[in-house]
Amino acid sequence: MAKRKLVLHFPEESIEKPITYHLVKDYDLIPNILRAHIDENEGTLVMDLKGSAEQIEKGIAFLKEHNVRIQEAVKDITIDRDLCVDCGACTGVCRPEALTIGPEDWKLNFDNDKCIFCELCINTCPVRAIKLLF
Amino acid sequence: MAVTKTYEEINEKIRRGEAVVVTAEEIIDIVKDVGVAKATEKVDVITTGTFGPMCSSGAFINFGHSDPPIKMTKVWLNDVPAYAGLAAVDAYIGATELSETQGMAYGGAHVIEDLIAGKNIKLESKAYGTDCYPRKEIITYVNKNTLNEVYLFNPRNAYQNYAVAVNSSARTIYTYMGTLLPRFGNATYCNASQLSPLINDPYYRTIGIGTRIFLGGAQGYVAWQGTQFNPKQARGENGVPLAPAGTLALIGNLKDMSTEFIRAAIFHKYGTSLYVGVGVPIPVLDEDIVEKASVSDKEIYSTIIDYSVTQRSKPSFGRVSYAELRSGKIEINGKKVRTAPISSYSKARKIAETLKEWIKQGKFYLQQPIENFSLDQTFKPLEIVNEEEI
Repeated sequence: MAKRKLVLHFPEESIEKPITYHLVKDYDLIPNILRAHIDENEGTLVMDLKGSAEQIEKGIAFLKEHNVRIQEAVKDITIDRDLCVDCGACTGVCRPEALTIGPEDWKLNFDNDKCIFCELCINTCPVRAIKLLF
Repeated sequence: MAVTKTYEEINEKIRRGEAVVVTAEEIIDIVKDVGVAKATEKVDVITTGTFGPMCSSGAFINFGHSDPPIKMTKVWLNDVPAYAGLAAVDAYIGATELSETQGMAYGGAHVIEDLIAGKNIKLESKAYGTDCYPRKEIITYVNKNTLNEVYLFNPRNAYQNYAVAVNSSARTIYTYMGTLLPRFGNATYCNASQLSPLINDPYYRTIGIGTRIFLGGAQGYVAWQGTQFNPKQARGENGVPLAPAGTLALIGNLKDMSTEFIRAAIFHKYGTSLYVGVGVPIPVLDEDIVEKASVSDKEIYSTIIDYSVTQRSKPSFGRVSYAELRSGKIEINGKKVRTAPISSYSKARKIAETLKEWIKQGKFYLQQPIENFSLDQTFKPLEIVNEEEI
């Protein structure tokens, strides 16, 4: 079983289509929606897509047919270790627990796989050490 | 006979390079292993450390005189206002003052950090002009090498314990305790607990006016009791306060400090603050000192406070130990709540270790307080009254 984390951008004409349903029904994929958001420009879905590698490729092709723009690991949260003071303030707003701090060393840890790009940590960091790269 | 030691005896050991120095973390296990009496014999100094945002911080600066001279009335440093209601070229830059051009993105704390880093700072001033100080305005650049005195003078640092902050409301709130998620979405705390200076000397036996300390990477001093000093706060049986209590006013030469131990902070939608690194050595004078300093996180409690209530008196959700807080989860009203520190424990540890090395290498000697703080004082609120009612 393969797994891909994708950021899907839906153009206005696709917002009302039950696209996730088709990923499940037609391609036997297991989407786990990490974050969903519609603003004045477009709809955005952050999802983990599990299934056979072949079916994932087919699912992605299906998405592209419907003009869904796909970003893969395009957004990256990075922590500037020179700026970070290991206070841990960011861990308080990180619901998926991608950012953690604790024994023994009390240094900040970041697990990119768990990140859902909610971006709450960016403004929470008192020393502005967390940045979002596109 | 129980062992006792004097400051002079301990300083003599430091001079000879024989002083046994341990951190406030290390003393916990030493006491567990050999007991208080043996530990008192063996250890001479216990070092503490803390690194947290301390809003009540700032620096006095003397700019030197321009030609022709100016009696600075209004002063800006990188567009951040500084207080200049002093003699001609003295000013005080406070950590929480915000830039008039960048707002919360840059404040007095950043000016302080930039000064320590050796960066050039734009100095702008206006004046009304006098016979002896005819100049009415000036724009120039300064850095720590061009300035005369630049010293941190922080009216309130190193809080002896602090609250645990939660938010019971339905919306996210932005505080000096960080971002608090709605409906008890998280709990933040801000104390070095078992490493914290005033937690380890809870009745201020060795920490008073004149105590030599580690401040921002340099040697500094306790100048006075801190503002809002509240020694009568409720305490546990071990003497450790259960909520904010004692505080310290600290002074030290900014030119000797390092940005490793002084850093500007921005609390989103709250403002700027200054991360200050403080370390205080505790001399082992007797067994009572060791017993108090061997306190560990499971014996240090804080009080959970609801920051969504905008009144002065905020509801409490009970007490919790730092061991529980540091486990990452606490329980409030049956709900598991994620905890997060605001102060850096790894930096606190680094400070206690650095101070330990300084003492072992004979670079730092202990200074007995010139005067101790009075335990008989209270922290008063501000009442809004008519002149006749006061």
